[in-house]
Amino acid sequence: MAEKLLDVKNLRTEFKRDKSWVTAVNDVSFHINKGEILGLVGESGCGKSVTSLSVMRLLPIGTSRVSEGEVFFNGEDILKVDKKKMRKIRGHKISMIFQEPMSSLNPCMRISKQITEAILLHNDLSKDEAYKRAFNVLKSVGIPDPDMTLNSYPHQLSGGMCQRVMIAMAMSCEPDLLIADEPTTALDVTIQAQILALMEKIKEERNTGILLITHDLGVVAEMCSRVIVMYAGRIVEEAPVRELFEAPMHPYTQGLIESVPKLGSDMTSLPSIPGSVPDLSVMPKGCKFAPRCKYAMDICREKEPELVAVPGQEHRCSRCVLHKLEEKEVSKL
Amino acid sequence: MGRYALKRIVSAIPLLIVISFLIFMFIHLIPGDPARLIAGKDATKADVELVREQLGLNEPLPIQYGKYMKGLVTGDLGYSIKNGKTVVEAIAPRFKPTIMLTISSMIWATIIGVSLGIISAVMKGKAVDYIAMLIAISGISLPGFWLGLELIQIFSVGLGWLPTGGLESWQAYVLPSLTMGSGIMAILARFTRSSMLESMREDYVRTARAKGLSELPVVMRHAFKNSLIEIVTVGGLQIGGLLSGSVMVETVFSIPGLGRLLVDSIKFRDYKVVQALLLFFALEYIVINLIVDLLYGVINPKVRYN
Amino acid sequence: MAEMKSTVNIQNFENVEALPKPKSKVKEFVKKFTKRKTAVISFIFIVLLLLAAILGPYIAPYDASQADYSNLLQGPSAAHIWGTDEFGRDVFSRLLAGTRLSLASALSATIVGTALGILFGLIAGFYGGWIDSLIMRCCDILFSFPDILLAIAIVAILGPGMINVIIAVAVFTVPSFARIMRSATISVKESLYVEVARSIGCKNWRILWVHIFPGTIQSMIVNFTMRVGTAILAASSLSFLGFGANVTEPDWGAMLSQGRNYLNTAPHIVLFPGILIFLTVLAFNLLGDGLRDTLDPKMS
Repeated sequence: MAEKLLDVKNLRTEFKRDKSWVTAVNDVSFHINKGEILGLVGESGCGKSVTSLSVMRLLPIGTSRVSEGEVFFNGEDILKVDKKKMRKIRGHKISMIFQEPMSSLNPCMRISKQITEAILLHNDLSKDEAYKRAFNVLKSVGIPDPDMTLNSYPHQLSGGMCQRVMIAMAMSCEPDLLIADEPTTALDVTIQAQILALMEKIKEERNTGILLITHDLGVVAEMCSRVIVMYAGRIVEEAPVRELFEAPMHPYTQGLIESVPKLGSDMTSLPSIPGSVPDLSVMPKGCKFAPRCKYAMDICREKEPELVAVPGQEHRCSRCVLHKLEEKEVSKL
Repeated sequence: MGRYALKRIVSAIPLLIVISFLIFMFIHLIPGDPARLIAGKDATKADVELVREQLGLNEPLPIQYGKYMKGLVTGDLGYSIKNGKTVVEAIAPRFKPTIMLTISSMIWATIIGVSLGIISAVMKGKAVDYIAMLIAISGISLPGFWLGLELIQIFSVGLGWLPTGGLESWQAYVLPSLTMGSGIMAILARFTRSSMLESMREDYVRTARAKGLSELPVVMRHAFKNSLIEIVTVGGLQIGGLLSGSVMVETVFSIPGLGRLLVDSIKFRDYKVVQALLLFFALEYIVINLIVDLLYGVINPKVRYN
Repeated sequence: MAEMKSTVNIQNFENVEALPKPKSKVKEFVKKFTKRKTAVISFIFIVLLLLAAILGPYIAPYDASQADYSNLLQGPSAAHIWGTDEFGRDVFSRLLAGTRLSLASALSATIVGTALGILFGLIAGFYGGWIDSLIMRCCDILFSFPDILLAIAIVAILGPGMINVIIAVAVFTVPSFARIMRSATISVKESLYVEVARSIGCKNWRILWVHIFPGTIQSMIVNFTMRVGTAILAASSLSFLGFGANVTEPDWGAMLSQGRNYLNTAPHIVLFPGILIFLTVLAFNLLGDGLRDTLDPKMS
């Protein structure tokens, strides 16, 4: 049994909108093991980033709150530790990289300063030693001339270089967990592949757990061992990657997979999911996907189905009435 | 950077030429006969002609302009009609008070204004924010001359703590400098706040927090450092406005500076002095703009390394 | 006939594109605006000022220019709530009369300046090229003199007097509007509905007034409101320096300028006009802030 690095239980995050709180993420539970890449997929606005920021406790104070749930990191509930301790975890034990590498780096600070800043914060090192370490991490992420890069400002680097720098910065304190929020979305395809390979390498070499947030199913298929699919702030399906692609259970997941163009297929009619993600403040009563679901029945609009484990399959859950029915039928037989 | 600086300096030159021309034209734009205005209603025709000759207005325009431009280069700006001194002699002793006032106002206004702006931005939506912004908008709305008068009324007439005017001691600078800086302080506070709010929403600030930095370095090292680029631009332009803001303050506090000289000279129709002062103020504004542009280049790495 | 038809089409198109029904927009604006207390209070204050300016002579307790040598420099009392000045004139009545003068001069200066600024900005933004450069260079020159100095320079040329002050204030209002209008025009020009209008052959001026101008109206309203405050401040400053209204006129700035001679014995002569100028400018600024926050939430 693998060791649970991060264990999120029943996370619920709310945002303030015109004096009332609306739920952005509801009843989200998942775990990541050491040396595992967990994929978190869904359309934009489904709560992927909010989930990761909730774990990091980086949501804007005052306009958002985690109202329920626990986040165990190495066995400790980090939603309960004080701010000072949380700062020691951030950037040290859990690091994060973001979607827009260019704007995620401070435009008026040299790269060297930005990387050593984190190193000096979490390690008892001299400036020279910190620089040396920055040099080595840059080298390890495949930057050919680390000295030159360290001396540059972000605008002098390309997008791919910036993302390498971001990864180097995140890895500089050798974290146990890396949260990558759409790390390759803003990059072109060849650079994308390089960055993904780099993350794969990091996982292999350091046994780092990675939470890979993306909307790109191709990336998921290539990188992850397990996948969580989110829709409207809820997990709708969890499955090992192979099973997910071979036999998606939830109608939303099915729609997602169908809408990916396949090589050699007839490109004239690419299926897409009709409708759009519901607004947070006007969520449908029953299943959140019901208005867009081609299988929707009356019961779907009445009562939100629970996320249930699929019998006989490890790490397999789905939040759909259909499977409950199937399950009953299975048990009847 | 070198090319950027050169480009900036070169682009200021045509503006300078146009402005100096406009200021040369100033005396010719006056409706009616300036010589007659100066000499007075009861002056004889001969008197008027004398004034006209003294001002050099009897010569053809191109020659006048030639002499004017030559004067600008050699520093010969003509004579003040008030007491026969050269314009340079009339203006020279007025520099020190105005510059001292400007510098002292700018220093306190920048420190207080920028701090208020940062605090406001960090405490957005809290009572501190509202109070700071109320102070700021009041500072913008306050008529400087009235603030000066009320300060005199309270601290000089009422409490007797500080002198009502003049510039004999350092105490004499306190009230004028408070008056002069209040508007700048307010503008800087508002601007710093909005600029800080913007940079605090930036991705790199989130990155800084994700590194585990505490609030102070996040705000100062990451957000403020970026806002500073804009703040320097706005603040710098304010200094330019400040020098001419001396017009009001020097009148209220009876300070013998450049601003007061301008007002007096306009009233006295001492056109040569007015011309020289307008030219100086415009020049000073252009030069400060230029310095701000260059400074912008120095602190903004995107300009420095391109 | 053909042109008529095409304009109808455009309007339909606009409606479909982004704009909700105009009525709900106004309602939404009122709803949002009334939530901002300071802006509402400022608005009420300005309305009261306008009423005072209109009704001034009818509601004033005394004739604004009536001297009363038995009551010189009296402090506030039941008979003269804001006291009397050096000629025994009632300060409150004079301020009431001055409200008309100050608001009228500030508003007319701002309106003239705004109209010219909008015109130049539209032309510069719409036509671009050398016209744009010419107009913008002129604005640069106007900008290279700080506001009040520019006004002083103009008054120095034209001579003192209220009309000249209005001209001066109007002139320094022009460049800021021209700049805003120009950049707004350029951004609206590139938007889809102007492209469409152009493609179906609308005349340039029609495009300018029917399609571009309404797109910029919000920022114009905000800037106008703030500029009125600046104009009041500038006009009273000029009057204080002795370049504006004649000292016998009940102008706010001129009253302050006279009152400073009696700071020792009758501080109220300076206090009340000053408070009034301050509150008026503050009200316009706060209203401008409130309008900006409601009309353009991105800016706050």
